[in-house]
Amino acid sequence: MSLAARDRRLAWGLMAPALLWTAAFFVLPFLGMIALSFAHMEGRQVVQGFDTGNYARIFTDWTMLKALINSLEITAVVTVISVVLAYPLAAIIAFRVPARWQRLALLMAVLPFWTSYVVRSYSWPLVLGQNGVVNQTLLGLGLIAEPVQIASTRAATVVGFVHFFVMLLTLTIYANLIQLSPNYARAAQDLGASRWQTFVHVILPLTLPGVVTGAFLTFVLCIGDYITPQILGGNTELTLPQLIMLQLGRSGNFPLASALSVVLMAVVTLAYFASSRWLRLDRV
Amino acid sequence: MRLLSWAYLAAAYVFVFLPVAVLVVFSFQDGRLPVPPFRGVTFEWYAKVLSDGKLMTALGNSLLVAVVSSTVALILGFLAAHALARVRLPGSALMRGVLIAPLTVSYLIIALGLLNLFTQTGVRLSLWTAGIGHVVINLPLCFAITYAAMGDHQRNAERAARDLGAPEWKVLLLISAPMLAAPLAAAFFLSVTFSWDEFIIAFLLTRFDVTLPVEIWSMLRSGLSPATNAVGSLVFLVSVTLVILLELLVFRRTK
Repeated sequence: MSLAARDRRLAWGLMAPALLWTAAFFVLPFLGMIALSFAHMEGRQVVQGFDTGNYARIFTDWTMLKALINSLEITAVVTVISVVLAYPLAAIIAFRVPARWQRLALLMAVLPFWTSYVVRSYSWPLVLGQNGVVNQTLLGLGLIAEPVQIASTRAATVVGFVHFFVMLLTLTIYANLIQLSPNYARAAQDLGASRWQTFVHVILPLTLPGVVTGAFLTFVLCIGDYITPQILGGNTELTLPQLIMLQLGRSGNFPLASALSVVLMAVVTLAYFASSRWLRLDRV
Repeated sequence: MRLLSWAYLAAAYVFVFLPVAVLVVFSFQDGRLPVPPFRGVTFEWYAKVLSDGKLMTALGNSLLVAVVSSTVALILGFLAAHALARVRLPGSALMRGVLIAPLTVSYLIIALGLLNLFTQTGVRLSLWTAGIGHVVINLPLCFAITYAAMGDHQRNAERAARDLGAPEWKVLLLISAPMLAAPLAAAFFLSVTFSWDEFIIAFLLTRFDVTLPVEIWSMLRSGLSPATNAVGSLVFLVSVTLVILLELLVFRRTK
């Protein structure tokens, strides 16, 4: 056997465990879920077959369609706000904070990332509620006369999400900014570009892959999240993941839950293709 | 401009720390509700939480699942990265894609798919099934981090070892792993913090023995209580300690 052939066999052997694991516990269940989405329920029994009824129901039943729309709206708003807030934060840390304090500044900016996810969502009602810290402070300062209703609304869900994703995006954007050679900005300024022009025409395009990758991760994590809308959103509206959990819990309707998940997955895939030109998922 | 920058930075820190600060401050609340006004300091809730058997069992379960699943994910991810960085195979790009793919799928969907699989094959739900799910989500992360860290410098050292007659397992254990100690540690700790805090997979794939986030979730349903703040503060303390240790031990040394 030649050396190259031996090398190749060895490489296959080393890759096999990871590939098999991914095939068995990711690809296979995923295909199973697609198959199940075409099954239907008779009483409490799952009947396999090819039935597009679940999908027809999702796109005709207003509750389900509304959940999809809610999810898309919330995710779009959260992604945009998070990028807009995180970019300046990352830039300030990368360009204004002295080099020796940068790691500390960054670490501080993302420290609450490490609080328990469930608990972090739970702590927002304490901040935003009728008796919460924000309302009590504003009342105390005499800025408002009545407590503002923020908790248990879509706004609360958005605040909770933005808080989490600003931290995530600050990390990815900072990593991008710090890799840029300062020569690009210097060259632009030597050629007479203003600071703003330098930013718009040089820095921003160069960091676009990092921003898009971060925004895509935000989109994926946000649209699939159950905890934040469940704890913060009150029961005023449903998102897609909440609807999926309802199907699993109340009625045990696995086929419908699967179909909803396939729709969720399709939305993510569309987002992937829309951003794939700039995506660098293997360099997160 | 300069002043504006510092103001923005300060505002960002306030926003980012607000929920955590509220959480921690009201975990010491001497009263039944973790909202203003603050009635004074007590450690009663911490005592209550630390003597709660169910919570402590859940904590132990969480740590167990996190350490075991992260170890498996790290080993699988490292071996695959090592192989893909070394040899150009037909379809290398496709395989990288398959290994990274779970990163782009919502945890809820991964959990639902596995729940289906386990129900249909009659596998009983336990900490093990949750651990399998956690390997699925952490494997791409471990793979990506170690793959990105492999460079020419290291490839040359590995080649030299092979030329001197070292078998592949020795190359892996004595050359590659020590050279990649920092990224390997980073991948492991990241996986541990993701896994021990993960909710939806653990919620859907466990039954009688549960992990800490699932236990906290059931605490939440009984309403607001400073006890929940206390658990949250403790979890935060543990995670932050891990992150700071990692920062001090791994990243400082590599500079």
